[in-house]
Amino acid sequence: MIRLTDVTKDYPSNHGVRRILHDINLTINPGERIGILGRNGAGKSTLIRLISGAEPPTSGTIERNMSVSWPLAFSGGFQGALTGADNVRFICRIYGVEYHSRFKFVEEFSELGTYLHEPVSTYSSGMKARLAFAISMTVEFDCYLIDEVLAVGDQRFRDRCQVELFEKRRDKAMLIVSHSHRYLKGTCNRFLLFRDGTIEEHSEFEEVYFQYKQLIGEGFQSKAEMNRAMIKAA
Amino acid sequence: MPNNEPTANLGVRADERSWAIQRRVLGALVLRELLTRYGRNNIGFLWLIVEPMLFTLVITALWSSTRQIHGSSIPIVAFAVTGYSSLLMWRNIPGRCIGALRSNLSLLYHRQVTILDVYLARIFLEVIGATTSFAVLSIIFTMMVWMPAPEDILQVAFGWLLLAWFGAGLGLTVGGLSERFDLVGRLWPPLSYIMFPLSGVAFIADALPPHLREIVLWLPQLNALEILREGWFGSLMRAHYDLGYLLLCNLLLTFSGLSLVRQVGFDARTE
Repeated sequence: MIRLTDVTKDYPSNHGVRRILHDINLTINPGERIGILGRNGAGKSTLIRLISGAEPPTSGTIERNMSVSWPLAFSGGFQGALTGADNVRFICRIYGVEYHSRFKFVEEFSELGTYLHEPVSTYSSGMKARLAFAISMTVEFDCYLIDEVLAVGDQRFRDRCQVELFEKRRDKAMLIVSHSHRYLKGTCNRFLLFRDGTIEEHSEFEEVYFQYKQLIGEGFQSKAEMNRAMIKAA
Repeated sequence: MPNNEPTANLGVRADERSWAIQRRVLGALVLRELLTRYGRNNIGFLWLIVEPMLFTLVITALWSSTRQIHGSSIPIVAFAVTGYSSLLMWRNIPGRCIGALRSNLSLLYHRQVTILDVYLARIFLEVIGATTSFAVLSIIFTMMVWMPAPEDILQVAFGWLLLAWFGAGLGLTVGGLSERFDLVGRLWPPLSYIMFPLSGVAFIADALPPHLREIVLWLPQLNALEILREGWFGSLMRAHYDLGYLLLCNLLLTFSGLSLVRQVGFDARTE
């Protein structure tokens, strides 16, 4: 279980202190899939960072009784001068897991071939994303943080990511930040809508998506109209 | 497909596994740093030792050829090795600590990596590099009889250790301050150049007029160097130092460094 109690986060800005999150209370139970929606800058990624522990909250507490992943497929931690294999080794070292089986998995999953022994700085962004996703799957966590990354690579790679994440890790808790209804609908059983630094909890996808669309100024007249648009897009 | 591992409580530092996690993380960071800085090409890791060795050798050659006066009967080679090695220690550690966090910020997403670990890994590498080059050069030059063997090797080690401690404390303090004030990162290089001639690289304290000596002995690193040199050439020189003052400085720097680094954690904004 992960429990946030009265969590507030401020950032300094050129116009004084900016409050991004305001008294957030949230409990994440094992196996729950939580979809997160909100406009840009609403605090979605900030919440992910706080839960991951990369940053402390300004006030309030975060309790974690589950292991929490780093934001999935996050490639910012790569050192450009190191090879893909070096980066796998680094992750295995700090998490204390055995390297060879992990490397084999990354090799098969990322399909990067001999590039794994070249510096990451020579990779294209798509290759980096493949490596990042594969590395994210080498350590098992109770709760995965997924911040807008599933839209990487070609369709086949995306499908394999889906299988790896949503089928093989069906029993894990997940926090999924996405603007795309494709990932949220049918995947999540709880939804959070960010509004003015606070969160609104919803359990119905249709309801939350309808409100979200209105919030970002792309509102539909009715839910029926929204559903028709979603079917058309799919 | 990797196996499931009991990964709960990863990152919790207060349980009985915390020491093991700490060691693992530091080891991984040190290796990562080594690979990033020196790569795998040509002599790789050896640069860590060769770099300071080359510096010391050049200085030694320069001084030997110019017969620079340093105010004692200590051989010039011995003088350069002790002086320049110690300079590398207290100057390079803070240099490497400036901006250390900024370039490693994204590692904080891994819960078991703390901000302090990032600094400790860099400090560790600098200490190892400077120590190895100091030891290797001393052994070579002593075997070639260019410099005498140390008279009291324990005191040499003690002085060196105090110097490393001073460098670590200074590194944490300067590094922590530089995260908060960009100015500190920019001021450190000129500041270290000002301290360079005063820190005993090219003189021993006894050679200075007493009033001047009083002033330069406010520099903790000169006190440590005097301890080290007394251990090496005790019979050839009269050392001036205040061990209590040095220890106090080291303690204060360590304390301020640790608090600053902790404070950085509250301000850190992950990319």
